[in-house]
Amino acid sequence: MIDYLKEIISGTWSLFVGLGITIKYFFQPVVTVQYPRQTLPMTPRFRGHIELVRDEETGGTKCVVCGMCQKACPSGCITVEGEKKEGGKGKVLSEYTLDFTKCSLCGLCVESCNFGAITFSKDYNLAGLRKEAYVFDLKKRLEEKK
Amino acid sequence: MSLHPEVIRLLIFLVGIIAFAALNAAYLVWLERKEAGHIQRRIGPKEVGPFGLLQPLADGIKLMTKQLIVPAGVDPILFKIAPILVMVPAIMSFVTIPYGENLVARNIDIGLLMIFAFASVNVLGLLLGAWGSRNKYAVISAARVVSQNVAYEIPMLITVVTLVMITGTMNLHEIVMQQQGGFWNWNILNLAASPLMPVAFLIFFVCMLAETNRAPFDMAEAESELIAGAFTEYPGMGFGVFFMGEYANIVIGASVATILFLGGWQCPFGLFPGVHWFLLKMYFLIFTVIWIRWTYPRTTFYSLLNLSWKILIPISFFNLILTSAMIKVF
Amino acid sequence: MSAFAQTQTNETFVLNLGPQHPATHGVLRVKLVMDGEYIVDAEPVLGYIHRMHEKMGENRTWAQFMPNTGRMDYLHALAYNHGYVSVVERAAGIEVPERAEYLRVITTELNRISSHLLWFGAFVLDLGGFSPLLYAFDDREQILDLLESVTGSRLTYCYFRFGGVYNDIDENFAAGARAFIKRLRERMPMYHALVTKNIILMKRLQEIGPISEEMCRKYGATGPVARGSGINFDVRKHEPYSIYPELRFDVPVYTEGDSMARYMVRMDEIEQSMRIVEQALDKLPEGPVMAAKAPKIIKPAKGDYYHAVETARGSFGVRVVSDGSNTPYRLKLRSPTFSNLSLFGEACRGMLLPDALALMGSLDLVIPEIDR
Repeated sequence: MIDYLKEIISGTWSLFVGLGITIKYFFQPVVTVQYPRQTLPMTPRFRGHIELVRDEETGGTKCVVCGMCQKACPSGCITVEGEKKEGGKGKVLSEYTLDFTKCSLCGLCVESCNFGAITFSKDYNLAGLRKEAYVFDLKKRLEEKK
Repeated sequence: MSLHPEVIRLLIFLVGIIAFAALNAAYLVWLERKEAGHIQRRIGPKEVGPFGLLQPLADGIKLMTKQLIVPAGVDPILFKIAPILVMVPAIMSFVTIPYGENLVARNIDIGLLMIFAFASVNVLGLLLGAWGSRNKYAVISAARVVSQNVAYEIPMLITVVTLVMITGTMNLHEIVMQQQGGFWNWNILNLAASPLMPVAFLIFFVCMLAETNRAPFDMAEAESELIAGAFTEYPGMGFGVFFMGEYANIVIGASVATILFLGGWQCPFGLFPGVHWFLLKMYFLIFTVIWIRWTYPRTTFYSLLNLSWKILIPISFFNLILTSAMIKVF
Repeated sequence: MSAFAQTQTNETFVLNLGPQHPATHGVLRVKLVMDGEYIVDAEPVLGYIHRMHEKMGENRTWAQFMPNTGRMDYLHALAYNHGYVSVVERAAGIEVPERAEYLRVITTELNRISSHLLWFGAFVLDLGGFSPLLYAFDDREQILDLLESVTGSRLTYCYFRFGGVYNDIDENFAAGARAFIKRLRERMPMYHALVTKNIILMKRLQEIGPISEEMCRKYGATGPVARGSGINFDVRKHEPYSIYPELRFDVPVYTEGDSMARYMVRMDEIEQSMRIVEQALDKLPEGPVMAAKAPKIIKPAKGDYYHAVETARGSFGVRVVSDGSNTPYRLKLRSPTFSNLSLFGEACRGMLLPDALALMGSLDLVIPEIDR
């Protein structure tokens, strides 16, 4: 009988303790960020989709069309194409396409690049209505960014 | 042609009651979402109107514009009548609730009995709707609703009988008038009649939660077990009416608790009695109901039945016997 | 209760729980044969999110499979990364610098805390309590911010590399991790007061869903499920790897075997993980985070290799067979939740539907990891 009453009282008390905790939080300020009205800064290491790095000397890309990133990509979403450089050795980048629909943001391409030609973008507001909008022409993006 | 003034009065009250019930249902949803938000340290609705105040309107429009699908294989009559069966008794119960000294549609001598009679019809609506939906989850939910309500009417009614023994009347208006003066005259603190009155209030409150299928006793809806229980098959406004009925029942539960235990429209200090005190007390109780929902996990129905039969019924019986003894002795 | 369950009649019906059901956390489907609300038989149906990770591994280079490991169990991705890099390092004979091992342990344990916090919230949500989920998310968000600042990603980290880790940590991370642990230590009593000691939750978990030690052994259950049934087995202690032998921590073991025991094991593990992170931060040596001699193209010698790690859900083992080429010949992933789920059918027989869902929640299922 005493155990029975004890259980009722301790059980009821535990319920009041719970109510006390939630009402305390009720009067505390909210912790959420009102995206998109407010945004938080991205960390410097944020891994977004990749983009080409501008070569400060030439104003073009650092890419030498070695194709390492294309080989490293597990999902096969990078297409790199180059043309013979006029009168010189090596190639010039003519097309760099990223199919972002397949990309898993693993970053293996950036690590595989020996020339520091690609980096992660900090762009995370990616929303669109068409699948085609996610096939990025990175060379064009670099030129547009001027 | 002239209308009898009593008819005009009743018409005004009818419109007023339906408006009150609908407005409460709409804005209690808003309150629920806001309160839940702040308990969970979020904001809650905020986009539609200032502080999201137009959100219920937007929700209503959304529900109204949805197609009313009657799924193949359901019982069409039961399926359609069930939401009405939940809503109508709730509105009927408003008729006899005195919100102020003169603010009552019909002051009936057996008002208390009438409210509890109509409150039981609500269960029937849920049962028929669930049965008519021809959905396994809904049928499980129907079985739960019935066993839950049968178990909870008993301690609730025993508590009410205790109260009726103290007041000697079932007229809600008179019950309030007896609690005039100050909060020490309220039935919840009527320790001279029975020292267990605060406990009786607690029992009544718990039973009210169970009656209205509110958390932690929302096993009928139990979305993590039964998807939406009895409402699984209801689209658009069919679900909307159930929802409004549920909130109207909460308002009634809180109103009855206010009248029986918290002195209705009487002021705690004996000054300026009026409808504002009634609404203040009622909304405080509703706030508590929502607050409880966002604090506790759900019970299971056998622990609920255990609670009812092993704890609430013995205690309320004990209270009944104690009260009758005290009435006899003093 | 069991007397009821034994009265089997022919009036049973089949209830399809899932693949779209709020309590199955994803696309698990359970076919329940029910007698009223009592479960007569249960059969989990798998494969709704099967992505052939093992076969994908055979068609990719060793390095290219790395992102896949984090996508099996997205809640404790780093432990799965750890299991895979460890087995490849064992196969290719790569030495890992000590600092890198410390970083692996620090981040993995932080990730384990975040996984347990999410489980805690989702489990209470299964039981009908909403607010603890959001409180747990509030804390979990701090961990994700920390891990994002070092790995660059919030969920599928892909932070480890063969021979080390991808990035070194900075001062902010160490300070942030210490501040977080202080914060979580202050929050834990709140969780216990709000949830653990709540009478409603206690009634729902105590003596509900008992799993015996024998049943755990029969089905190969590991992790908190086994430890809740009195089996003292933790890969970190009993098959030590990385720097775990140098750290002091306890393995919480409860013998009751009910849902409450599994709940308590996980809550205690959060505390133990905090201890591990603190010690590892104190002992963190200076040095490189990447082995100098790590080859860019991995070609392990011919052979058969196995390595197991302790994830938030149990023992995760990777077996690789190498034929000396730049792709694995065979990759076998032993996922803990698959074994943990397989005992569900036997354990929930004769239980009520809400209790069975409490049991399912206490197993901590992550469906993509079951299907792989």
